[in-house]
Amino acid sequence: MTATDTQQGSKPRRPASGAQQKILAFASLIVLLMFFSVASPNFLQTGNILAILQATSVNGVLAVAATLVIITGGIDLSVGTLMTFTAVTAGVVLTYWGLPMPFGIIGAIAMGAFCGFISGTLVARLKIPPFIATLGMMLILKGLSLVVSGTKPIYFNDTPSYPALSTGSLIGKLFPSLPIPNGVVILFVLAMVISWVLNRTTLGRYCFALGSNEEAVRLSGVNASGWKVAIYALAGGICGVAGLLISSRLNSAQPALGLGYELDAIAAVVIGGTSLAGGRGSILGTIIGALIMSVLLNGLRIMSVAQEWQTVVTGAIIIAAVYADMLRRSRAG
Amino acid sequence: MLNRRTLLAGMSFGGILVSTRMGLAQDAMYIPLISKGFQHQFWQAVKAGADQAAAEFGVNVTFEGPDTEAQVDKQMDMLAAALAKNPAAIGFAALDSQAAIPLLRQAQDAGIPVVAFDSGVDSDIPVTTVTTDNLAAAGMAADKMAELIGGTGKVALVVHDQTSRTGIDRRDGFVNRIGEAYPDIEIVDIQYGGGDQLQSTEITKAILTAHPDLKGVFGANEGSAIGVLNGIKETGTQGVVVIGYDSGKLQKDAIRAGEMAGAITQSPVGMGYETVKAAIAAVNGEALPKTIDSGFAWYDASNIDDPAIAAVLYD
Repeated sequence: MTATDTQQGSKPRRPASGAQQKILAFASLIVLLMFFSVASPNFLQTGNILAILQATSVNGVLAVAATLVIITGGIDLSVGTLMTFTAVTAGVVLTYWGLPMPFGIIGAIAMGAFCGFISGTLVARLKIPPFIATLGMMLILKGLSLVVSGTKPIYFNDTPSYPALSTGSLIGKLFPSLPIPNGVVILFVLAMVISWVLNRTTLGRYCFALGSNEEAVRLSGVNASGWKVAIYALAGGICGVAGLLISSRLNSAQPALGLGYELDAIAAVVIGGTSLAGGRGSILGTIIGALIMSVLLNGLRIMSVAQEWQTVVTGAIIIAAVYADMLRRSRAG
Repeated sequence: MLNRRTLLAGMSFGGILVSTRMGLAQDAMYIPLISKGFQHQFWQAVKAGADQAAAEFGVNVTFEGPDTEAQVDKQMDMLAAALAKNPAAIGFAALDSQAAIPLLRQAQDAGIPVVAFDSGVDSDIPVTTVTTDNLAAAGMAADKMAELIGGTGKVALVVHDQTSRTGIDRRDGFVNRIGEAYPDIEIVDIQYGGGDQLQSTEITKAILTAHPDLKGVFGANEGSAIGVLNGIKETGTQGVVVIGYDSGKLQKDAIRAGEMAGAITQSPVGMGYETVKAAIAAVNGEALPKTIDSGFAWYDASNIDDPAIAAVLYD
């Protein structure tokens, strides 16, 4: 685990037991890994571990974006379809316009940040409840993805290096025995950066403060709305990264995809111990949460558990994780 | 706290163990099928056919597919997990054939034969493709429509989507057949409802409102066809010929009740069966044709209970 963390220090009012929840989540992850390794000889193979990490990369990035918004006490239902829309944006820039790859990357992230800016403005300035505002954005972006792409997948065949963005392996070039896909590296680097932003910058401090007591932030003369818009825009930009990862992995921008991905992201955030009430959470927890979800799903598949039961078990784990968190909190409080 | 945590963990693992199919024969050939979907009756019927073949030939088969046909990446994860299990062969219904090629190449390098089913993969990796000729099948629907409305008038299509191969082929198969053989039939509208019953219902109501003199509607998959039926019922329209696709209990009931003129059925059970059979043949090094037709047929109130038809219909 690479993501640095523990959001201690700057805000004394933050519960000191945040580390405990992460230990709990981390322990669950280890237990799961051990269980599946014993259950099937095929589980702990390099190829399969890489497949798990690859499967985590997109949901992990989306979950990082969702974490930011959830810490402010909001919710972002549009992360999945925003990812799709930024993927389509990359497709338009690279395939329709034929521009070089950096333009596609910048275009996707900028489009993500712009859409996040709009969501943030709806929430912070127009005072539309986040659930409603982002639900609307979710549908708008789903529709726009179909409109802009002409309802067809956009392929990146004119940009042969594009798939390597996610599926290539720079680390594998340096250390041939460690072919970790770039998408996974991007996830972990992004997690570290955002973790740093949350814990060491003013933006991060206001993110927690807005979630704990928005009124107090406002009354202390801070431009609360402005900071909130900035946080939503940052989350949107992160969704742009997810859009790049998924489209480069599929070598295509799939315009119909994305609905339902917000729920996977929120589940990862919640398993990782971030409170839906806001004011409390960490990126490390979210990454562990995302890993738990993909380890669980992959392990159940490797064990040939029937698909209907896979869904049941995933649901049970989410409830168990949140219940364990509540127990811990009632003890702490 | 530790106790409770252990309890929670124990509970979840208990669930896993109970649901794991114990006692799989260790030496039997293992063939995972990665499908386009899972919960629709159509895919369940494919699964039933695959299970039937598994029992008959003594092989282990598992069947998985994403929740919706848009989730291309989830399907890739399923394919990756299936490959990790060192299967003898793989059955695969690609949601997006381009996206799947790196993983399929991995299978090829590992010497694992891939049998494509339902829709083809634009690559020479699959040893064969087990599929319905959707163009011909939808053409047959057009012929039946022309016959039932007397060769003249306005018809509309409610199709599941305009991006998937089946959506495109069924639309084009129907439209082209009308275009070349029935100059007096006018296709006034083609709408897409995502195969969602409710959405297709609303679409149908809108089409009926816009074209009160409509003679017939073709619903291009199960969800679309049910939606068309609902839309006609809700508006109380009389005398519109409805032709559906696939089966399912609601369509079968509607055909028996005379609300639907008839439908094209593929043979999902046959598809699952033929896929497993072809996979076994491929493992044994037998030569296979490029495509294996899993079959289609027209059924209506007159032949719905014929044993040959009833065998390929599902509830």
